[in-house]
Amino acid sequence: MLTLQFIPYSEISHLSPDKRIQKLLKVVKEEKIVLLEGKLGSDEKSDLIRKTMEEIDDKFKGIEIEELDIDKKDKAFLEKIRTVFINLLMGSRRGLTIVGPASIIKEIKKDPDKIMLFTEDVKRKRKK
Amino acid sequence: MGLFTNFLKKFLKKLFKKKREIRLGLYGPPNGGKTTLANKITLDWIGEEMGKVSTIAHETREIQIKEQITIKSKGKELTFNLVDTPGIATKIDYEDFIKAGLKEKEAKKRAKEATKGVIDAIKWLDDMDTVVVILDSTKDPYSQVNITIIGNLEARKIPVLIVANKIDLKKSDVKKVQAAFPQYDVIGISAKYGNHINNFYEALFKVTNA
Repeated sequence: MLTLQFIPYSEISHLSPDKRIQKLLKVVKEEKIVLLEGKLGSDEKSDLIRKTMEEIDDKFKGIEIEELDIDKKDKAFLEKIRTVFINLLMGSRRGLTIVGPASIIKEIKKDPDKIMLFTEDVKRKRKK
Repeated sequence: MGLFTNFLKKFLKKLFKKKREIRLGLYGPPNGGKTTLANKITLDWIGEEMGKVSTIAHETREIQIKEQITIKSKGKELTFNLVDTPGIATKIDYEDFIKAGLKEKEAKKRAKEATKGVIDAIKWLDDMDTVVVILDSTKDPYSQVNITIIGNLEARKIPVLIVANKIDLKKSDVKKVQAAFPQYDVIGISAKYGNHINNFYEALFKVTNA
């Protein structure tokens, strides 16, 4: 069974970058796919990769990650300024981040306004 | 805090190490051709190869450095220390190495070393003066690994040159790489066969302001 867990931005906004990554990885290691409201910064993403590498063993093979922009690229200048201010005040909660275990997600394709998840046949894999 | 520390580090570096040689890093996902390009550069300018290449991913699992490489073009000279880094990935599965023909013990060892290599490559980002990001131009450039590497370099204000490698292959699409990263110079080359390598050297002078 495939489990998706939605994490609203309010659930991680008060956490330190370290704790945010820990929280995401904890859920992913429970073999769930995280749908996170908002996007991680580039430093957070490299921390996520680094911490993922530290956790890899025979069972946990790593993660697949993808982001989806909600903002329309062709929006008006004033709207863009408004978004920048909202992001400054409230963090980058616009967009959606998908993080899942590599043992379940084979591939994530972005096209560019939709995300396609290709999953492993977990049942067949476990029978092996 | 992180930004301030980075700024301070860079300021002190500039203050005390004015004459320090440029540290040129080769970054990218696994099997993009980082070591093939490193070998091409070192063969062209110092007559020796830098590292082993393989079709199995994560062949480079440790940081490799070749010091004092001087390249010349149109009366200009550029000296740098070349740093070849392990490929950055979000997943490493030892079973993939078994499928590629390695024995289980060897595959597990390779996976363990590869995870350490990724961590080291990320740690070394702060120590680079200029970075060449090498992407396989037959693959989707919009991967989160590519975006994360380039985003981190941008945040650190490290000059970046993007190489769209493997242009000798039919599926190569340099324009797609250019469209993905329009704010950077993208040079299409074949590190293996040396196609357009002079364009790459010219671009190196430009990105390092030499």
